[in-house]
Amino acid sequence: MSNNIFVIVEHLNGKVEDITYEMLGKAKEMDGDVVAVLLGSGAKDLAGDFAADKVIYVDHAELASFSPEAYCKTITALVSADAPKAVLIGNTSQGMDIAAGVSVHCGLPLVAYASDIEDGKITSQLYGGKMSVESDVEGSYIASILAGSFPADAGKGGGAAIEDAAAPDLSGLKVKFKQLIEPEGGDVDITQHDVLVSVGRGIQNEDNLEIVQALADKLGAALSCSRPIVDSKWLGKTRQVGKSGLKVKPKVYIAVGISGAPEHIEGMKDADCIIAINTDENAPIFDYAHYGTTEDLFDVVPALTDKL
Amino acid sequence: MNIIVPIKRVPDLVEELEIDSSGTDLDREWLKFKVNEFDDHALEEALLYKEANGGTVTAIALDGDDVEKALYAAAAKGADKVVVVKGLDGNVSNHEAAKAFANVIGGMGADMIFTGVQSVEDRDGQLGPLLAHYMGISHISVVTGVAPGGGGVIVTKEYGGGVVAEFDAQTPIVLGIQAAQETPRYVPVAKVRRAMRSTDLEEAAAGDIGVSAGSTVSRMFKPEGGGSAEMINGSADDVASKLAEIIKSKS
Repeated sequence: MSNNIFVIVEHLNGKVEDITYEMLGKAKEMDGDVVAVLLGSGAKDLAGDFAADKVIYVDHAELASFSPEAYCKTITALVSADAPKAVLIGNTSQGMDIAAGVSVHCGLPLVAYASDIEDGKITSQLYGGKMSVESDVEGSYIASILAGSFPADAGKGGGAAIEDAAAPDLSGLKVKFKQLIEPEGGDVDITQHDVLVSVGRGIQNEDNLEIVQALADKLGAALSCSRPIVDSKWLGKTRQVGKSGLKVKPKVYIAVGISGAPEHIEGMKDADCIIAINTDENAPIFDYAHYGTTEDLFDVVPALTDKL
Repeated sequence: MNIIVPIKRVPDLVEELEIDSSGTDLDREWLKFKVNEFDDHALEEALLYKEANGGTVTAIALDGDDVEKALYAAAAKGADKVVVVKGLDGNVSNHEAAKAFANVIGGMGADMIFTGVQSVEDRDGQLGPLLAHYMGISHISVVTGVAPGGGGVIVTKEYGGGVVAEFDAQTPIVLGIQAAQETPRYVPVAKVRRAMRSTDLEEAAAGDIGVSAGSTVSRMFKPEGGGSAEMINGSADDVASKLAEIIKSKS
């Protein structure tokens, strides 16, 4: 086992994601040498502002854009060779395609949905954020870190030595990256609105959307939503707030019938004023809201629309 | 295409969750369970793929309370075969579940395996990628589209901010389904009952496991409420008045 803490760098379309800096900042506090692991093609410059003791950089055409098989194979090889004491990977779309493979092939414990690590104890947020679970690990491990768990600024710095490492054999891949597709500009850009009325599963069915639309109209606000509303196809993808949707920072965010699962919180926790309407007093949204009520949205929202 | 869909029942979050006397797990005695919503999407995507392109769909689950109901519901929705895996006790980790499924599915000649992208109790990682690696096959997670093309299938994977990537993938492959292309279909109870009478529920043995999560739970606890929300109580009308004031002052 080396004294290294590997932090797997996540980047998309030429930009390093915040989760990378969050993990670098956390790793700095931990006992060990922080090694940022960057894969790409002509992407060395991305490492310019990492706070790390060292950067390992692997350059290969197959690594130009994230690709599950190529990235997993490369990172598994690096972890096998170095045997770091810890591997930090984002609990993200990219991270999910890496962490399990490293766990299985290197025989390392994997703890996912992690929001903190302290002395061999890793805390995970499970059950939609309703329960925290502390896991004990002995020896080396992989922790899959939830975005927003640590401050990103702590991971910014620079001047780390960059070491080139060779890619493993990446010929004969069964999964090949084709293209990235950006979302079509929709009718609305929710990231540009000062006030958002955001609707979640509590609205129960598509017909009830008119209740929140009426509130949004009265406020001159845009209607946004959580993931399940988009998956049910009641609203388009451009309205989705959250980890796989958009990050918003409006002056006022009114969360109607939204429970506040971690993936949603990630998209709106920095709003200036968060108001949550949810009949479940245990809904995690109330841990992030500035104001809340457990009165029924079907009574409150129409009344609110009237009074504005 | 021979498509296999592992399904799992998970605690229904609509209920109040309590911690058991050991302090390390949920108190499962009074918990309500339901099929993992992403597994519903995985099954739906498999059925849609079969309807568009031909093939067979097999639903498979580890033995447990009411698992047969879930499998018969899958049959009622259109799954051609349903299999229950026996030999694993209790609430196993995803590493163990993945190994059991790998043992069984390995002999099924699967072209594609659709799993739900994640579940609410994936402490040791998501099932799909673990399963793929125990089987020694490829996987892609957070999938919102799969269609025939290229060297096998063209798969759409989602990132944040609405950006997606397309991959050209050979089979066999495990896909972690985020959302089916249609909302998961509903089957009335009567149809499930008919399926119970007409469907042969096959059994398979879990086989040797020999793996584990590699970590143990020392404590489960409710996250400290940031307690940040100032709660507003009263009649809906009173609450609405107060909220209206707050909104006007902040916007």
